[in-house]
Amino acid sequence: MPRRHGLLAVALALVASVVVGCGGGGSGPPELNWYVPPDNGAYQKLADRCSRASGGAYRVKVSVLPTDASGQREQLVRRLAAKDSSIDVMALDPVYVPEFAEARFLRPFTAAEAPTLTDGMLSSAVESSEWRGRLVAAPFRANTQLLWYRKSVAAEAGLDLTRPIGWDDLITAAEKTHKTVAVPAKRYEGLTVWVNGLVTGAGGAIVRDVEKGVDLKPALREGGAGKRAAEVMRRLGRSSAAPANLATSIEDDTRTVFQSGSGGFMINWTYARGAAAEAVAGGQLSREVLDDYGWARYPQTDPDKPSKPPFGGISLGVSRYGKHAAEAVSAVRCAGTLENQITYMLESKETTARAAAYDDPGVRAALPMAGLIKESLDQAGPRPRTPYYNDVSASVQREYHPPADVDPNSAPRATDDLITGVLHDKVLL
Amino acid sequence: MSTASATRTAPRHRKPRKQLDHAQRMRRTGWLLSAPAVLIMLAVAIAPLVDAAWLSLFHKRLTTPDANSFAGLSNYWVVLKDPLWWTDVWTTLALTVLTVSVEFVIGFGLAQLMQRALYLRRTLRTIVLIPYGIVTVVSAYAWRYAFDPSTGFVNDWFGTDVAWFDHRWTALFVIALSEIWKTTPFMSLLLLGGLIQVSPDVHEAARVDGAGPWQRLTRVTLPIMKQAILVALLFRTMDAFRIFDSVFVMTGGANDTETVSFLAYRQLVSRTALGLGSAISVLLFACVLLIAFLFIKLFRTDVSKLGSPT
Repeated sequence: MPRRHGLLAVALALVASVVVGCGGGGSGPPELNWYVPPDNGAYQKLADRCSRASGGAYRVKVSVLPTDASGQREQLVRRLAAKDSSIDVMALDPVYVPEFAEARFLRPFTAAEAPTLTDGMLSSAVESSEWRGRLVAAPFRANTQLLWYRKSVAAEAGLDLTRPIGWDDLITAAEKTHKTVAVPAKRYEGLTVWVNGLVTGAGGAIVRDVEKGVDLKPALREGGAGKRAAEVMRRLGRSSAAPANLATSIEDDTRTVFQSGSGGFMINWTYARGAAAEAVAGGQLSREVLDDYGWARYPQTDPDKPSKPPFGGISLGVSRYGKHAAEAVSAVRCAGTLENQITYMLESKETTARAAAYDDPGVRAALPMAGLIKESLDQAGPRPRTPYYNDVSASVQREYHPPADVDPNSAPRATDDLITGVLHDKVLL
Repeated sequence: MSTASATRTAPRHRKPRKQLDHAQRMRRTGWLLSAPAVLIMLAVAIAPLVDAAWLSLFHKRLTTPDANSFAGLSNYWVVLKDPLWWTDVWTTLALTVLTVSVEFVIGFGLAQLMQRALYLRRTLRTIVLIPYGIVTVVSAYAWRYAFDPSTGFVNDWFGTDVAWFDHRWTALFVIALSEIWKTTPFMSLLLLGGLIQVSPDVHEAARVDGAGPWQRLTRVTLPIMKQAILVALLFRTMDAFRIFDSVFVMTGGANDTETVSFLAYRQLVSRTALGLGSAISVLLFACVLLIAFLFIKLFRTDVSKLGSPT
């Protein structure tokens, strides 16, 4: 008998805990759920600041998405297609903004709300947050890639990195010094970033007429830009300057190579040096390596054309299916204030879409390359802005990988044909 | 009807009728008891299959709700005439044949070892099963990092300088190796079940009759284990044909290492092209059914008797 009572007590306790669990959150301010990429905790601090600033109007809870942009997109698409009401605000890679807007996953900002979210933001970040003339996401982070170099290697190679440098010079210098040029070149989104940087740097584009939807115009064969991009990739892929894992490396792998004994040059986002500084503080990296970090503008594809650094970042979208839209807009506005952006930038080591932040003395001290970042963002070459970006990107990845085997004569035409076929459901991808 | 009239004219047949009623009642009870399970099976297994078959008849993307249209069987035509589908089918078949054959040989050896071990038998079985207990994604990452030239130790150990994941066949080799390492224990466990069915007396009789070790293996052990071997090979072949995780982690499908499941994943999840992706899923299901059919024909075994003593 006592055993039965015991079992009954356990069962009641379980039922009670479930009931309490279900009822939790019924009182108090609404809880906003932000879906964000993994970071060093800066998002959580920002969320806490905005919760406090709301004066009790809402609380912000942070939910973490997968590491890479494609994984983040996939999880959000799956949830939003099921009209998941647990998402209030989502951190979106700008390349997916058109797709999410077209799928009606995003609640567009009203004409009254838009100016408060865009004033003082970099124009490239504002453009990448709009779709069909409406602001569908709020600029938040703006990011670009830089050429990172080991000062000792550049000196040994006799490179003057105060002046623009081309890909060919870079590869030659690495070959001469028996060092590497590390670029994220796995068959993933990062490869499209590289191809787009090379193609726009040669004055071309991957696609044109994006407003025509599936009938957009693939443009890699136009003007030789796609061919030039393939030549650069093939040259590096077959060079002694290519790291052994070039074809499978993502951003973190390039950092590992760059920080190793064979490190010479690296193409990576702006956080690279901040991450290295954290590694030094954590005892995983020697101080000498960090002191040897140099930075310069993204390399030129053509010696007579200025480079077009890649544009990346984060835009904050408000979900159409969330239950607290007004509070969500207010939280997004809070995240974008100059004060919050500067604090977030210093905490996260990521760079902001708010122009004035780059002039802040604290930011200048923490990010000595802040001026170069802002200049790169102003002259960045965005990736294709189409709801079919994922298909376009995957088509590019299929034909421009692995770098050592890209055929400059056939890759541009093959990619153009593949994009057309894929968008019209005529071929698999 | 005939049974009823027969019982009316011949009262002495009452007993069989009672038995029949009892059997019917038992059958009915059996159906009632299994009905919830059958309904759940229909809901979780058949319904998605029907849904996938229905979706495969449309041009449909999750993120462009205004551009969906009826496609008939054209999605199947697109898949079957695309060289990518056939490349992936051959890649999947190559991986399946390679891994299952090697696993069968090693698994059989391990099963023999586990059966014959006199000491530490339980410990041995536990140790053999460890790789199977590891989540596939985790083991795939371990193998990837081991073979990656920048983080791995394999090149150092063997004095090689190979970028394993940069080339089709070296990448497939590592993928196959990780699969073999991961699932051989499962194969050996199934084979051990069959091996236990082989009575020592039968072996003894064969030995007395003058059969050597090879003859005892091929004429006694393997024929008695036939059904267990079928189960082991069938399960592993169907499983191997659906290989996904290792490819996803190690190469992301690059360098022609993509498998059929990965192809379906990319259309369905990455591209959200539900029509094309569903067509591939249905074709994948058909392939798995074909494998099961071929195995059963090949072994000439009545599956309904699987598991019953021979």
